[in-house]
Amino acid sequence: MYSFENITNSIHSGLVRTLSPTVALLCEFAIVGLCAITLFALLGLVLVLMERKVSAYMQIRRGPNRVGPAGMFQTVADTLKLAVKEGLTPDGADKFLFNLAPFVVMIVAMMILAPIAFARGFQIWDMNIGVLYVSAVSSVSVIGILMAGWASNNKYSLLGAMRSGAQILSYELSAGLSILSIIVLTGSLQISDIIASQQNGWWIFKGHIPAVISFVIFIIAVTAETNRAPFDLAEAESELTAGFHTEYSGMKFALFFLAEYVNVFIVCAIGATLFFGGWMPLHVSGWQGFNHVMDYIPSSLWFFGKTFLLIFLIMWFRWTFPRLRIDQLLNLEWKYLLPISMFNLLLMTLVAIMGWHF
Amino acid sequence: MFLKKYLSDIFKAIRSLLTGMKLTGYYFTHRKEIITQQYPDNREEMKLPDRFRGEVVMIHDENNEHACTGCTACELACPNGTIKIITKFEVTKDGKKKKALDDFIYHLELCTMCNLCIEACPTDAIKMAQNFEHSVYDRSKLTKKLNNPGSKIREGVE
Repeated sequence: MYSFENITNSIHSGLVRTLSPTVALLCEFAIVGLCAITLFALLGLVLVLMERKVSAYMQIRRGPNRVGPAGMFQTVADTLKLAVKEGLTPDGADKFLFNLAPFVVMIVAMMILAPIAFARGFQIWDMNIGVLYVSAVSSVSVIGILMAGWASNNKYSLLGAMRSGAQILSYELSAGLSILSIIVLTGSLQISDIIASQQNGWWIFKGHIPAVISFVIFIIAVTAETNRAPFDLAEAESELTAGFHTEYSGMKFALFFLAEYVNVFIVCAIGATLFFGGWMPLHVSGWQGFNHVMDYIPSSLWFFGKTFLLIFLIMWFRWTFPRLRIDQLLNLEWKYLLPISMFNLLLMTLVAIMGWHF
Repeated sequence: MFLKKYLSDIFKAIRSLLTGMKLTGYYFTHRKEIITQQYPDNREEMKLPDRFRGEVVMIHDENNEHACTGCTACELACPNGTIKIITKFEVTKDGKKKKALDDFIYHLELCTMCNLCIEACPTDAIKMAQNFEHSVYDRSKLTKKLNNPGSKIREGVE
């Protein structure tokens, strides 16, 4: 049936026919870069509006509904506003680091896009250490945050950045261990292998109890990783006046803002890939007719549907739970999540060895 | 013992989190609960709460009579001098001279809608109306006389 592989193969063969292989490769780089930037722009547009509307309906009020039908063009208006705002650099700020920090955070968000499989055969780089790459590169974003806090020449920004850095580093442990427990089942770090192993059912169903515990820990840990509520002490409006990005305005603030939403999308995409099968439709082993029907729904629709469901879950967390203090946050990680995820890894290893999963 | 408390803490925490999520999920799925009123579009069928404090008006019945005796309790209760009572002496049927209300001057531009004058009035002559669109282009329109022309006090109020 219709698949993105046809498009990519035809573009590839067309380029190789007309140009020399090196130039064709460079052209493909440019096309992929353009697609990634377009995806970012679209994601920013959709996610900011989705956040505002979802948060409004959960607070029994309407969201933006004046700009365009049902408020669709609100994000366009917001982007225009941020683009024409004055980007003020504070007087004693370290100019090089101050200007570099938003770009570090943004580039890290773009780099993590590489191994994610958006649809069948539609991956930028299917490397053999896909999951490890994602986990490692996402740690680099802490540098951007610390740079922003330090270079702002503002002790409250620095405090916010230090808190945010401590929080992200701690929660990466739990997130990594819960990812690891699924890797124990698949036996491979490669994203395409992980998705292929879910051909007869998603890991969250096949790996019953340990996989469900793993998923819960993963969702909590990535909510904390991306500085989303209830773990947003570092950047909430009423705490430390926006923390590490207090002194940023105009386009640089827009980059931080966009990078936050894209990070949410990326961690949800990883969660959807590991626990819910990525682009793999819902298959139940043994029900051939059902599986056949599920295959008719395009794989990109499956992927984006699952990712947006997880994004909705993270937004639901934001508007339900009160904010955690920094000591309660670190307490939760080091005393509860980490021991449970280590124990869960042992349990999952036992399940994998004894073959007690489906 | 410690382990039992640890595990029971975790289960209680998860249950309370899920209870919270159930409530916000309920609000998300039930659009009927939305309390936002889309103001400029719903001016015809707008319904304000009963105790809404708009501006002070004097109650007149169908015979154009009011219940204000001119006792100036409201003028004394008002925190910033919004009300000014002007009284006159009129001769009653018995031939005695009695104080009666001449003009009830109300400065809408100064009023804070604090409701103290309504609470102070011993005869329930004034009340809070339900309109809030007070903008005018001419400042003198904000100084109002609350008793209708040609109205007098109802029998039996004093």
